[in-house]
Amino acid sequence: MTSTLTPRRPRPPAQPATLRARRLPAYAAPAIAVAALLLATGLVYGAGIGGPVLVVVLGALLYLVGLFVATNAVEGRRSARNRTWSALIHSAFVLAVLPLASVVWTLVSKGSERLDGNFFGTSMNNIGARDANGGAYHAIVGTLEQVGIAALITVPLGVLCAIYVVEYGRGRFAFTIRFFVDVMTGIPSIVTGLFVLAFWVLIVSPWFNDGRPSFSGFAAALALSVLMLPTVVRSTEEMLRLVPAPLREGAYALGVPKWKTILRVVLPTALPGIVTGIMLAIARAAGETAPVLLVAGGGAAINVNPFENNQSSLALFVYQQAGEASKYSPARAWTAALTLVALVLVLTVAAKLLARRNQLGR
Amino acid sequence: MAKRVEAANVTAYYGGFKAIENINLTVEPKTVTALIGPSGCGKSTFLRSINRMHEVLPGARVEGNLTIDGQDIYDRDVDVTAVRRMIGMVFQRPNPFPTMSIFENVVAGLRLNGVRRKSILEESAEKALRSANLWDEVKDRLGKPGAGLSGGQQQRLCIARTIAVEPQVVLMDEPCSALDPISTLAIEDLMFQLKDKFTIIIVTHNMQQAARVSDRTAFFSIEKTGDPGRLIEYDNTQKIFSNPAQKKTEDYITGRFG
Repeated sequence: MTSTLTPRRPRPPAQPATLRARRLPAYAAPAIAVAALLLATGLVYGAGIGGPVLVVVLGALLYLVGLFVATNAVEGRRSARNRTWSALIHSAFVLAVLPLASVVWTLVSKGSERLDGNFFGTSMNNIGARDANGGAYHAIVGTLEQVGIAALITVPLGVLCAIYVVEYGRGRFAFTIRFFVDVMTGIPSIVTGLFVLAFWVLIVSPWFNDGRPSFSGFAAALALSVLMLPTVVRSTEEMLRLVPAPLREGAYALGVPKWKTILRVVLPTALPGIVTGIMLAIARAAGETAPVLLVAGGGAAINVNPFENNQSSLALFVYQQAGEASKYSPARAWTAALTLVALVLVLTVAAKLLARRNQLGR
Repeated sequence: MAKRVEAANVTAYYGGFKAIENINLTVEPKTVTALIGPSGCGKSTFLRSINRMHEVLPGARVEGNLTIDGQDIYDRDVDVTAVRRMIGMVFQRPNPFPTMSIFENVVAGLRLNGVRRKSILEESAEKALRSANLWDEVKDRLGKPGAGLSGGQQQRLCIARTIAVEPQVVLMDEPCSALDPISTLAIEDLMFQLKDKFTIIIVTHNMQQAARVSDRTAFFSIEKTGDPGRLIEYDNTQKIFSNPAQKKTEDYITGRFG
């Protein structure tokens, strides 16, 4: 064996003589998929080791291997890697969507059982374990009022806070605010519930209530706004930072004062993103159970006054019905869950449409 | 309408960094003055300090005297927004407001400063767009978004937006550097027309452009990186480009340096 000391020179990639290359026919990928599935079925049922789930998993793996081998043989290594990674990325997407589709399907199929007028028109007042009807009217009212009040508190506060941090805040104070907003993001909802219970329900509410502490929907709204605030501040902050500096300068150069520039140029530009952030916060708050249970107390009767006495909410209703010893309550829980998701969906779509109306069409 | 701009011992800083030092220069009304010089020599900094846009950046400040028709614009009692209304500015990259239509962009300065009446807005929009040579191209789509125009049209839209508030002085910071030759020509033609009404100060990297459009030219330069920019020579454009007094100016203009 002759050993030479000449180091291997990096060679430039060989230039192909022609730009055309051999390609797998268009039917190749589906054909490999079908073959992989058939092979997987044969293997799984032939050996008797599993059911349809294993067939799909094994089939997917066989498809990836088959695709790589076939492409490698015909089109070359680079193309084989490309196809395999594309297939992997698409499967990641499918895997991510599967649970979502499953949740929606479960909600719709199980929730449609009690999707009737009675459910939306009545409360759980005087409904016993043997009664088939009973509804979530009181819970829907509670959710709407609590989330509505929480949004009324949080949106102005959060947006103004973000404007301060981005546009006016300098130095240590703004830094401190950002830091504590970040800390607030991590507060568990049960802790905000306990905080409002200790502060509002036990200390403040007796002043309005002849010295007796009182649960109320408003207390729940307070707890929810503590939860929503960091989300609103952070997302608004990010969106305001995305507005290009030349837009601000353009407005300043026209002699527009800073506050008006923010109000009329910066905020409209960032509006769609801010609305998305607010809707995320609202969706999160609408799904909270623990704080509502702690400070609004729940309840079976309709109470439209958020400032006095127990109120329920949809999330709390789901929690309570799911644990109730009655053969009718699971159906009520499913329908309430479906209602909650539909409510958040409708609110989000409405808010997005409103925000888009402000944008000009291209 | 046009006013005289006088700078005396103007020095500008970015935090601890001195960007320009002791600039003395007088710009006569109804002329076009070009600021030329190598990159980083402080032309744009000086331009931005004329309408107090320099101080928008955190830590930036200006020393010395800048007056417009004898009024000190850095006086403690001066309202910054009034200065900027009097001294408009066009930026290097066109920056129309993306949420506004063409019409709203042109009248943004008026509307955001409190003008409400529709007839006034429409009249000044048409006037500004005509002055910016853009009216014929956009008159049928005033409600369309400003960001949908071509780069050259966007820049003329920004010029229209600037002159709609009827400033006395218009500052232009390399207004053609992002544009193709035809759009550049359109904007240079525009400068000739605008000179009747406004005092124009333009920063440009393009010496042919300076020679074409300006009456007076100021040459800025720096000794080396990190030094503050200084005004080397300021004279009639004809003189600067044919027979400059300073060796440095000649070297720059003939392409031996910079």
